[in-house]
Amino acid sequence: MTISIDPQKTNNESLQPKGWLRYFSFSLDHKVIGIQYLVCGFLFYLIGGTLASAIRIELASPMSDFMPRDVYNQVLTLHGTIMIFLWIVPVVNGAFGNYLIPFYVGARDMAFPRLNAVAFWLIPPSGLMLVASYFVEGAAQAGWTAYPPLSITTPQSGQIIWILSVLLLGGSSIFGGINFIATIIKLRRPGLKLMQLPMYCWAMLGTSLLVVLSTPVLAGTLILLSFDIIANTGFFNPVLGGNVVVYQHLFWFYSHPAVYIMVLPAFGLVSEILPVHARKPLFGYTTMVFSIMGIVVLGLVVWAHHMFTSGTPPWMRLFFTIATAFIAVPTGIKFFNWVATLWGGKISINSAMLFSCGFIINFVFGGITGVALAQVPFDIHVHDTYFVVAHFHYIVYGGTVFIIFSSIYHWFPKVTGKMLNEKLGILHFIITFIGFNLCFAPQHWLGLNGMPRRVAEYDPQFQFVNQISSLGALLMAVSTIPFLINVFLSVRNGKGAGDNPWNALTPEWLTSSPPPVENWEGEAPLVEEPYGYGKEISEQK
Amino acid sequence: MLNKNIYLILIISLVFAISFWIGFNVNLLPAEASINAPIYDELFKILFIIGLIIFIGMTIAVIYSLFKFRKRNDQIGDGIALEGNLSLEIVWTIIPSIIVLLIGLYSYNIYDRMGGMKELNHNHEMMTSNTQKIWAGISQTSDNEIAINNLSIEVSAMQFAFLFNYPKGNFISGELHVPVDQKVSMKMESKDVIHAFWVPEFRIKQDIIPGQPTILNFTPTKVGKYPIICAELCGPYHGGMRASIIVEEESDYNEWFNKNKKPEVNL
Repeated sequence: MTISIDPQKTNNESLQPKGWLRYFSFSLDHKVIGIQYLVCGFLFYLIGGTLASAIRIELASPMSDFMPRDVYNQVLTLHGTIMIFLWIVPVVNGAFGNYLIPFYVGARDMAFPRLNAVAFWLIPPSGLMLVASYFVEGAAQAGWTAYPPLSITTPQSGQIIWILSVLLLGGSSIFGGINFIATIIKLRRPGLKLMQLPMYCWAMLGTSLLVVLSTPVLAGTLILLSFDIIANTGFFNPVLGGNVVVYQHLFWFYSHPAVYIMVLPAFGLVSEILPVHARKPLFGYTTMVFSIMGIVVLGLVVWAHHMFTSGTPPWMRLFFTIATAFIAVPTGIKFFNWVATLWGGKISINSAMLFSCGFIINFVFGGITGVALAQVPFDIHVHDTYFVVAHFHYIVYGGTVFIIFSSIYHWFPKVTGKMLNEKLGILHFIITFIGFNLCFAPQHWLGLNGMPRRVAEYDPQFQFVNQISSLGALLMAVSTIPFLINVFLSVRNGKGAGDNPWNALTPEWLTSSPPPVENWEGEAPLVEEPYGYGKEISEQK
Repeated sequence: MLNKNIYLILIISLVFAISFWIGFNVNLLPAEASINAPIYDELFKILFIIGLIIFIGMTIAVIYSLFKFRKRNDQIGDGIALEGNLSLEIVWTIIPSIIVLLIGLYSYNIYDRMGGMKELNHNHEMMTSNTQKIWAGISQTSDNEIAINNLSIEVSAMQFAFLFNYPKGNFISGELHVPVDQKVSMKMESKDVIHAFWVPEFRIKQDIIPGQPTILNFTPTKVGKYPIICAELCGPYHGGMRASIIVEEESDYNEWFNKNKKPEVNL
């Protein structure tokens, strides 16, 4: 049963602004909303990146000398919050999900276009509010985890604005999640079976289930925390008999699945990109689907591995160790399958492919340190140190952000009808890859040898390694320059791309570039084999 | 075909050799100064070697594919239409499962040897007089009851300092002095926010949580001065919240203890 969308109801073209102005409007077009998410997310990435640079400048010397200590804590809190809630989550879910999912299911728009627009338009005000809280009484300074009692005792206004902002962003995320589930399940064009969907649909289905199941828990927790702050209740405040460890359980019940909310869509995107540029079918479609769902189930029962030093009972530590380590199995399957997808292909070495391969290498590294961190006795030494900082940057930057860039290189021709410059793209990849590894690889050593995270000052013996790390951060900052130049030049004067420059088989490429408002001039094509490389194309030629 | 297999075996053995060589010769950890440290380092070495094998193997596979299967200029068309290989996929599901399971069991063994599996908070005798629950950190003893009854040191953490109370000597110190090769048992409490007690050379860390007194046991094995580091964000001066632990010979420790000892105040 499929619901057909009446064009008059969802997109009244005469009421929508045309040209670039539509990106500043309450547009109901899923493609416009996708680009709004992407550009808005990228602007916040630049802000979050500036904050990261400030952190690395502070840490280039062992003394706290670049900024006041409380400002440093605000900077690291905002850096984490912005990068997670305003850059990675909105972009891998909102931007690519909105742009691609309706194409992939053969629909003309998302299931709830108005809810979709509301979900996007919650983001800019809450993001601006978060950044502006710095000018009130100072931004939140308890870290993005906002552990009480610290979050109760630091200046209130910043923390309350932080909570409000995260609540709005969480709401936006839930709206998006509901919309994706409804679209994937209900709006599939007639004849399109679930097991024929491109892998990104499965990734978004899994992610959206996690969003819908776990984000409300975060919302409830933060509301209780705000009561503790403004109404003097004692849910988490130990002075009033509250329990701080309960907060950690509730917080991580969302925030560990949040890692998969950031990573699963990237798994989906790379599964779209690799087959196209390797000219081979995605290896092991069915196992990929089951491993996504395995990650979703396991991802909900591993949260306490963030709390191994918080006085959790021994049996709990044991359970969460085993559960966490087992996530490596479905994740490992996916990585073996991607390498098998490359094997025997006719691989075009371009920016999209290089960023995807960079992702595989970085993520495997981050995954290995992740399995190590899952072991309680290992974690007890390195918990809350730079080892953990290095580990999760390998996952979210080396993993997800690499895939965001890969996806931009891959879908830019579809969105704009112009090609990005490959030379600048490869330059962008080389600087990012070197800068990233230079920045974060040495931090493993720092953590093992005694440098805790979230500090503005450290033992002088760590200065040299910290300076290497800061040099890497500088390269990462520089790497955005060729990227921005590339995008601006290509939007104006890029080489024409045609409708399908990569000869890809997924449905978004079977329409014009940029696509028309309702995605296809005629009926949506039925794509039964989105990865049928080596079969159909060779027959057609 | 035979030739190809020989190359494959050669490469795999080379990856193993390199990984083992790095694992045994590259030391990424600080000095070992407690009973826990060598046990920890044993686990680290195993995880490091397994990790290196997987990482080097995967990296070689990716880079090799990029070179070997890159599209030459004159090539058109697609690669082989290979959509999967069930037996291969079963193999790379089962092998990682076994590795992960073995690592989990092994780390359970390591944790048990560190004393982490001793249940402290389920024992009713562990309740202190004000019915507060005491929680267990890492400990290396089955006789926790004795440990608590003979508490040698009480740690209080506050923004931004550690204070060490020696109840038997009736004095408070800013430095933690302990005798070498003797089990130290500490009861830790926080006065304000969450802190953490971390001595990298001992490979132990335990959060100090307000409203939740926690026992932490350790046995230093090497004379020296080591940093005590707060590892949980606790406010603006978090990075400066450090103290020192001085591990000394018993005679030196007794001398220091007697020098600082105060007579009981009679009320």
